[in-house]
Amino acid sequence: MYKIIVMVKQVPDTSNISGKVMKEDGTVNRAMLPAVFNHEDKEALELALQVKDKYGAEVSVITMGPPRAVEMLKECLYMGADDAYLVSDRKFAGSDTLATSYVISEAIKHIGEFDFVFAGRQAIDGDTAQVGPQTADKLNLPQITYAEDVLDLKEKTATIKRRIDGGYEILEAKLPLLITVVKGAKEPRPFSAKRVMAFKNSKSLLDIEKMGNENALLPYTNLLEEYKSRNLFINTLTMEDLQLDISRLGIKGSPTKVHKVESVVLAGGQAKQVDANREGLSTLIDELLHDHILG
Amino acid sequence: MPNFFTENKDIQYHFNKLDLKDILEVSEDNYEQSKEYNYAPEDYEDAMENFKKVLEVVGDISGNFINERAAGVDEEGAHFDNGVVTYAKGTQENLDRLAKADLMGMILPRKYGGLNFPFTVYMMAVEIVSRADASLMNLFGLQDIADTIYKFGTVEQHQEYLPKFVTGEYSGAMVLTEPDAGSDLQACKLSAYQDKDGQWRLKGVKRFITNGNGDVLLVLARSESGTKDGRGLSMFVCYGDDTVKIRRIEHKLGIHGSPTCEMQFNDTKAELVGKRRFGLIKYVLELMFRARMGVSAQALGICQAAYEEAYKYASEREQFGKPILQIPAVTNMLLDMRVLLESSRTLFYSTSRLVDWKEQLEEKIDRLKEKGEPFSKEANELKRATRVANLLTPISKYILAEASNKITYDALQIHGGTGYMQEFNIERLARDARITNIYEGTSQLQIVAATGGIINDILKEYFAEKAHKEYKGTLSRLNELLKEIREIYEECLKYVLDKKDVSFQEVSAKDLVEMYTYLYTGYLLLEEAELEPRKVFIANRYIINAISNARKNAASIKNELFNDLMHVDEIL
Repeated sequence: MYKIIVMVKQVPDTSNISGKVMKEDGTVNRAMLPAVFNHEDKEALELALQVKDKYGAEVSVITMGPPRAVEMLKECLYMGADDAYLVSDRKFAGSDTLATSYVISEAIKHIGEFDFVFAGRQAIDGDTAQVGPQTADKLNLPQITYAEDVLDLKEKTATIKRRIDGGYEILEAKLPLLITVVKGAKEPRPFSAKRVMAFKNSKSLLDIEKMGNENALLPYTNLLEEYKSRNLFINTLTMEDLQLDISRLGIKGSPTKVHKVESVVLAGGQAKQVDANREGLSTLIDELLHDHILG
Repeated sequence: MPNFFTENKDIQYHFNKLDLKDILEVSEDNYEQSKEYNYAPEDYEDAMENFKKVLEVVGDISGNFINERAAGVDEEGAHFDNGVVTYAKGTQENLDRLAKADLMGMILPRKYGGLNFPFTVYMMAVEIVSRADASLMNLFGLQDIADTIYKFGTVEQHQEYLPKFVTGEYSGAMVLTEPDAGSDLQACKLSAYQDKDGQWRLKGVKRFITNGNGDVLLVLARSESGTKDGRGLSMFVCYGDDTVKIRRIEHKLGIHGSPTCEMQFNDTKAELVGKRRFGLIKYVLELMFRARMGVSAQALGICQAAYEEAYKYASEREQFGKPILQIPAVTNMLLDMRVLLESSRTLFYSTSRLVDWKEQLEEKIDRLKEKGEPFSKEANELKRATRVANLLTPISKYILAEASNKITYDALQIHGGTGYMQEFNIERLARDARITNIYEGTSQLQIVAATGGIINDILKEYFAEKAHKEYKGTLSRLNELLKEIREIYEECLKYVLDKKDVSFQEVSAKDLVEMYTYLYTGYLLLEEAELEPRKVFIANRYIINAISNARKNAASIKNELFNDLMHVDEIL
């Protein structure tokens, strides 16, 4: 049976941005927006679950984020993920893609052996598309970005359909492998009613600690045992579990600095259409040469 | 990302005030099943949380998936090619999605893969799905067929059919109507006979069968040759195999996604369900009762959809320099629609909870009998619940189906010329609504079904108790109006009974049923208004309307409006 780890992220819901949500410097006030499951990650999970249905696999999801990211991990369980990992620690706050991929790659190593890492191509909050590739690099894995489908799976190789400009290409790669999945690859399945009912009360270590702190009658260790025994425990990895180099984390470990955010309004210029034949094409090339766009 | 459950405040209101404790006590059997199934609830609160979460899934699929496909399904419709029926592309996608979400066996027991939900919660799901695509209800709502097999079939039949209903591999059909047996099902002719090996076989023709192409068919057939009435009919289950020929599908005004088939049974192998001769008088009557609730939920979904379309259009469309919502004539129509929508929902969920309770009582009594324990208390309660459910079910069907026609009619009117065009959803909704007061018994037949209970005034004590209650302010004034309706009703009833004329009773029944409905719904709304300030508006408009309607009902009866029925030959 294959083991697939899917990287997922909770992002601000940018589908309904109003004036109040934008800060003066042009960045988004995240607290004002509801958090949702990043769509390309959801598609990556769907692809992983389809591989599971077809070839047999154990699918784990992993996210780095604040405690409330548990809500998204529960959604992964509702869809059919076998288990979930929350990687969370205050010291991770402010991490850029470099620091994030460091933490995630260490967490994946901690989980153990695997055949695949799936991730969405990019998250809608930063649009960098860097965490997937950087993680592949840190784990020393081959990577295929813009994946649309897993066409075939053998013991040591996978055949992946990958989107390219104007079409697709089919690549074969050695396992273990990391792929990033592109928007439109797979429509995510609905939540299963039975799994919703079964996993709705799942909690992470952080939730359980909080419950224990709030109520002296509920000792933390008993709670932990109870949630584990009822299969409602969401694996939780913190700084301590991962033995990380603190200089590579958070703001300190993040060389990316946002220099300036500008609101750019693209003004549409005039459009010109040329006939799709040899003549039209040479007219176009002539014009491009003339304008020094080509040559 | 519209969610048709979480974003519908009125359905939320009804869900939050649901009290299903007594029902779940029976259906969950002391919550024992949580040891065996990880999705079974541990206690009442957990069960309610489950229902809420699952309705959220239904609301999400309905708002974001089914709704997007509804116009396409309507345009494409079901196909018929060389004797084979296929669904519209969107319909098939919808069914696949609902099955993947484990929603095709909501009321079936867990041991066959179902969710074991109470009927009321299932009805909420049917309302939500119907709002997105009314025609999908005719397939999603067929879960009652599996439930009928569960109620009346043998354990072998359960094992044979139920698990595949739950996964969505099987769909079903309720095969009752024939060319000469529509409203009058006693006239069914399709014959069931036993061949020389004792195998039951079906031969004959059925018409207007929703999803007749289904895999598993519940067929009403004449097993006692030579008989002519309902007592010669039995219920059978069979597969829709090669011996069942689909002759054609109908081209309909609305609900295009749902195929309506004419079918021919050619010595089709079948199994008897339950006891011989009980087909119509017990099993089909029960099945139809539930189907009527299903159609009421469908009508309610259409009401909601049409209201939303009208409200949105009126808010956006500007004429004379302002949105037409601000033109009093339009505002008033929207208020009427809203009150009709909410009062209908109140009536429907009250009825559906009662049907639920009635069925749980039956289950409870069966269990007590098995254990050899006394059950006379439950039996008495069942008797009363059955009488009231048998009254409220046809009333709900009548009121809801007519409401969906009225609301779609007015919603189209608010759209003006645009509403008459196919680009806007309201045109489809108006066509879809039109079937709801025809099938599963026309409105006229629902009135007939309700007449007995009303002539016997079976809610007399209930109304008296409600009228005696103390209400505050506006509500006390509204109670006075309801008392007046009650007086009008009593006078009319006496007038009708004194005539001792069956035809007069038949023709006055509609007015009597309507007055009874004003009372029942009026008191429910009063109860809601006591706890929820916004509902005072709903109760107020509903009851003020009701009093003027009741006066009109009374005038029709007492001014001998119906006398001209004696002169039909001269007039028509």
